Amino acid sequence: MPLVNDLGLRLDGRKYDELRPIKIEVGTLEKADGSAYIEWGKNRILVAVYGPREVHPRHLALPDKSLFRCRYHMAPFSTEERKNPAPSRREVELSKVIREAVEPAIFTELFPRTGIDVFIEVLQSDGGTRCAGITATSLALADAGVPLRDLVVACAAGKASGQIVMDLSDIEDQKGEADVPVAISPRTGEVTLLQMDGILSGEEYERALNLAIQGCKMVHELQKEALRTKYSVAQAEEEELEKAEEEEATQK
Amino acid sequence: MAEGDYSAGKNTYREGNRFYASLVGLSNVAGRTIYVVALRGCYMPVPGDIAIGKVIDLRLGGWIMDINAPYAAILPTSEAFGRMFNSRKDEMTDFLDVGDLVVAKVVAFDRTRDPVLTIRESGLGKISEGHIVKINPTKIPRVIGRRGSMIGLLQKETGCHITIGQNGLILVSGKNPEDEAAAIRAIHTIEQEAHTTGLTDKIAQLLKEKKVIEH
Amino acid sequence: MTASYGVAMSIKRKRIDELLVQEKRLDGRGLLDYRMIKAEHGLIGKANGSALVSIGNTKVMVGVKIETGTPFPDTPNEGVLAVNAELVPLASPSFEPGPPNEDSIELARVVDRGIRESKALDTAKLCILPGKKAFIVFVDIYVLDHDGNLFDTSALAAILALSTAKMKQFEVSNGEVVFKEDWVSLPVRKHPIEVTMAKIGDRLVVDPSLEEESAVDAEVILAIDDEGNVCATQKTKIGTLTVKDIVDSVKIAQTKADELRAKVLGGLSQ
Repeated sequence: MPLVNDLGLRLDGRKYDELRPIKIEVGTLEKADGSAYIEWGKNRILVAVYGPREVHPRHLALPDKSLFRCRYHMAPFSTEERKNPAPSRREVELSKVIREAVEPAIFTELFPRTGIDVFIEVLQSDGGTRCAGITATSLALADAGVPLRDLVVACAAGKASGQIVMDLSDIEDQKGEADVPVAISPRTGEVTLLQMDGILSGEEYERALNLAIQGCKMVHELQKEALRTKYSVAQAEEEELEKAEEEEATQK
Repeated sequence: MAEGDYSAGKNTYREGNRFYASLVGLSNVAGRTIYVVALRGCYMPVPGDIAIGKVIDLRLGGWIMDINAPYAAILPTSEAFGRMFNSRKDEMTDFLDVGDLVVAKVVAFDRTRDPVLTIRESGLGKISEGHIVKINPTKIPRVIGRRGSMIGLLQKETGCHITIGQNGLILVSGKNPEDEAAAIRAIHTIEQEAHTTGLTDKIAQLLKEKKVIEH
Repeated sequence: MTASYGVAMSIKRKRIDELLVQEKRLDGRGLLDYRMIKAEHGLIGKANGSALVSIGNTKVMVGVKIETGTPFPDTPNEGVLAVNAELVPLASPSFEPGPPNEDSIELARVVDRGIRESKALDTAKLCILPGKKAFIVFVDIYVLDHDGNLFDTSALAAILALSTAKMKQFEVSNGEVVFKEDWVSLPVRKHPIEVTMAKIGDRLVVDPSLEEESAVDAEVILAIDDEGNVCATQKTKIGTLTVKDIVDSVKIAQTKADELRAKVLGGLSQ
């Protein structure tokens, strides 16, 4: 069964350069310093940020910057077959690559001897969880008030039924010929996460890379929108507020 | 955020000639400095700040304090007693024990060491009664108000004494629990609606209404 | 001795940057030169296959053991490839004993990816009874001396060990494996090679030594098969790469993979 038909449409009706439906919410959790929730295709991922705060165990603290730690974890009920809750080797590797993708954007040097912890919980998985996780992590960090150079955003591209396509669905990831997840810092366009599995010629590789980056930029617009939605009231009324405060103060 | 002949103020950073916000917040320009007022963020101690802290540990030489910051603070025994004393643990706990609260002032904080506190000035010291309200530190300026207008209103209408810690903790001490509760409710309302206009009037209204209902 | 290996010397970084401007490196190599590579195989008689590869002072030994077990439920007609890596404490003052940490897990998974995605091992030929029994090929990476670039060294040793591994010829009768007397090679049909490109400042260098790694901003490891296709990628470290860096790295990796493959595997009769 081909993943892409003769008209260039994929199994879910998308064209090669279309994203799955994405919905993002910022500040979902009460107790965490920052949080974000993302629905991307059938992915359901919740991210919480704690910090900057004291590092435990203390001897891990770094003298010149904050210790940034990331835990990517999948809930046992997130996959087709129940997943053992103990961290798998895949989760350990993804925790590392996600950390390395997001850390370049954080001003860790502003908080020496502290720690910033990110917890990514995949509640339902549908292909592309690391990209969705990274995208939500940037927003959770912004929500926590952690100073950032940029909002790192991620999206994958790959090859399915011989075509280079953007944002692989779960079945395209499993049955396709290649998967290339990419994360960028949108302001500079530089890559902070790059992985690949499958078989691609040098030319196909370059095409997939560029298509993934194009997807990243599209998702970045949604990130900004999610922040605007959360903080929009403040933005619009700031000038009025300043004027009103001045008036009140002079009256008293 | 901007481009040109400015200098980078709080919560911004500069690359070449362009300025970017590093936080979600409200951007502002004061003279030639661009800065961002944060909407969210942790409390970073500044020498001179009043901070309300809780004792979490005791060491030879001082008490370790939680001041709602990424760093634990130290209240040295010299800053509490004002004299050299024979620091035996039981003497220290007679004065301040784990769980006790203080109104303190930050005297030192930099990249190389944890914040240092003092309670030697007037208005500072151990807290023996009242209620502590914890709000987002970025909203503290709104609770104070322009030239103290908001805190003045709160104290006048509720009859409570209110001590504001820059670290997001506020001590409310009143003649009776109802007055304290009214002040606390008002503070939470200010935190929720910090960004709206006419807040001072709204709070005044809220407090007057409560009084009418109760009497 | 205090554990100061995590803190890089600032003057070293300066030296590295100065040399790079002249297209040179600390040990006199050119930007695209590998250190001296030595490879031996068949050293561990008790293993089905083994190889010891060193690139410069980095030494990695890989052992291949073949056992029988159950196939994975989603690939019932195929044998199983299981790659594991150990950063044993004797290899470096920074390795501590204990369960696998993220570095050893990443090393194992990236080497595995290169072999698996290139379809180097014809796992269909390793099925005994569909859904019930198959051969499990264990590839165990043992890092013995860490002087930088563990990925390339481990991947080379792994493919060399697999290519030279031997198993008893077998046939299946009545759902049971019957071993014959002859030794045959494993069904290895591709020879993926991993090439690590490191970015220091704005220069790309191949095969970073441990000294250089302290100055590296970002790295990208590319697995290249015999036809020059990319079959695995892993970007590591907390720096960034431009699209040009990545595209250039692929081209360099394709050339280097051919060189390494010819050098290390060329002499084997396969």
